[in-house]
Amino acid sequence: MTYTDEQTTRLGKDAAAIIARYPKPRSALLPLLHLVQSEDGFVSPDGMAFCAAQLGVSTAEVSAVATFYSQFKRRPTGEFQVGVCTNTLCALMGGDELWKSLTEHLGVGNDETTDDGKVTLERIECNAACDYAPVMMVNWEFFDNQTPESAAQIVDDLRAGKDVAPTRGASKVCSFKEISRVLAGFEDGRADEGIGAGAPTLAGLEIATGESSGKGDAA
Amino acid sequence: MSKLTPILSRHWAEPNSWSLTTYEADGGYAGLKKAVKSTPADIIQAVRDSGLRGRGGAGFPTGMKWGFLPAPDGGHRYLVVNADESEPGTCKDIPLMMASPHMLIEGAIITAYAIDAERAFIYLRGETVHVYRRLLGAVEEAKKAGYLGTNILGTGYDLEIIVHAGAGAYICGEESALLDSLEGRRGQPRLKPPYPAVEGLYSRPTVINNVETIASVPGIISEGAAWFAAMGTERSKGHVLYSLSGHVERPGQYEGPLGMTLRELLDMSGGVRKGHTLKFWTPGGSSTPLFTEKQLDVPLDYEAVEAAGSMLGTRALQIFDETTCVVRAVARWTEFYKHESCGKCTPCREGTFWLSQIYERLESGEGTEADIEQLLDTSRSILGRSFCALGDAATMTISSSIALFRDEYMAHVTGHGCPMNPRATALFAVPAKKKGARA
Repeated sequence: MTYTDEQTTRLGKDAAAIIARYPKPRSALLPLLHLVQSEDGFVSPDGMAFCAAQLGVSTAEVSAVATFYSQFKRRPTGEFQVGVCTNTLCALMGGDELWKSLTEHLGVGNDETTDDGKVTLERIECNAACDYAPVMMVNWEFFDNQTPESAAQIVDDLRAGKDVAPTRGASKVCSFKEISRVLAGFEDGRADEGIGAGAPTLAGLEIATGESSGKGDAA
Repeated sequence: MSKLTPILSRHWAEPNSWSLTTYEADGGYAGLKKAVKSTPADIIQAVRDSGLRGRGGAGFPTGMKWGFLPAPDGGHRYLVVNADESEPGTCKDIPLMMASPHMLIEGAIITAYAIDAERAFIYLRGETVHVYRRLLGAVEEAKKAGYLGTNILGTGYDLEIIVHAGAGAYICGEESALLDSLEGRRGQPRLKPPYPAVEGLYSRPTVINNVETIASVPGIISEGAAWFAAMGTERSKGHVLYSLSGHVERPGQYEGPLGMTLRELLDMSGGVRKGHTLKFWTPGGSSTPLFTEKQLDVPLDYEAVEAAGSMLGTRALQIFDETTCVVRAVARWTEFYKHESCGKCTPCREGTFWLSQIYERLESGEGTEADIEQLLDTSRSILGRSFCALGDAATMTISSSIALFRDEYMAHVTGHGCPMNPRATALFAVPAKKKGARA
């Protein structure tokens, strides 16, 4: 099976726009793989063949790259990728408990999807939000300072089709396909949504300004 | 009065802190306006004089790095910003770019102008989609304002910035692996030399710097090298973000001069989690040897931390209290390095695999005393024998934790498993009132 003519034409236009950003076409491969994930929800064999054709490289070369990166999924996944950070800091601050409670709550294990196709659960590595530990990511949006109760509520709401807002991010979590299109470099108009910084990000600033009336010592 | 110096972080609390309007109202792009009135050589000299060193972990002098570029030969030169922040415990660049993408964009424009690059790339880790949106938005705003594109501020200088999303691979934080990834390949480190300054992106001269490094450039240009160099210690100049996380009352970003101590940071932020005591901490992420309460007064600068037996790294201060089992902590980091090893070189690929298995044995109660020696022996076989720093990094907390807490390792052997309560480390074991205060 290959992409239909309609898909090939539509995605071909997107691919051309991506390739045009770079001095050399091959640099477009990662965004192209994000693009085919936005079409199929994973890096499908069709998608890899499409990327190879766009760049004039073999599908083996595309496959070698696709399998190297953890964000590229090799089989169909849920509408929402729920990742619990279980690297040391988050794990100890409660990530291990979050993981345990979510696997029990959802009845799925690592890299498995709920029967309704809504949620794929995965263990993720440090996502650069350690001051908000324990952290959970849904489609690569930040859900900070989680508890087993808050995490269960989030996945329940996602499965019920409700809009769910990340702690720091867009005003609602978009689908995995939608955010894959953003990661391919196509803006979705949500950059101005959400906050600039959460409380931990501002912790030092608050102490400094509280003590030196509005300006840092050397500012 | 605290020693803190909010400079990069000074406008993070403003409404729409990420917008061009807010950034300009706070003096944003003053550095660029000043920069384009001086010569590239003057900018490079100012950065040299400031004493700015790389904020991504290695601490290499930034001006010197820029000076390594060969003389222009008419071909392309590139600036690449390393925004792949993935070192466990490190959480400074992502909030910086979310709150203030223009500070990075301005720094990138000044740097690209100084090295005469007509294209710059920001390689952002792909697992932070909202930061990607903010960077794409900031580039568009900067273009409309005439800070980017053709004939920037009437100078005749042209620059395009491409924001590129990675796809999940810690190794791409290593500069040569990042370049391979940016070229559309598996992110595996290159043999050095040649260094990127000579043969970088597409085998052309390339400067690669960390986000915080580049974001520090506008201030150096607008306020002057002497202003910057007045902060910090003798050889570690300027302001940095200290990222406090873990078992502390108030985790977060604390911007101050290099050379502050963990004791000072804890004192001003409410200290270790109430009712608990400090057990161990990392000065610069999971790739740096562990410290304990004995190093509370070590100035956090490049030299003093190294003299005390660790590395400043990214100032990722991960704090663990007495409820923490050091074997559990290091086991998890080891699993991370195993997962993230790119597989190119044997010591790292095989070594991290075996180390991780030994930790599994220790944690499941099947470990022996010989396993502890094996951890040290395998670590020695990796350290200094790997292609890039990832292999070395994997061994740092292993050897330091065994040196500091061998008894605790032995307790896993004699007691057939972990003697500690794993639930006691969780933050939601604390009263609900405090959770509210943190949210």
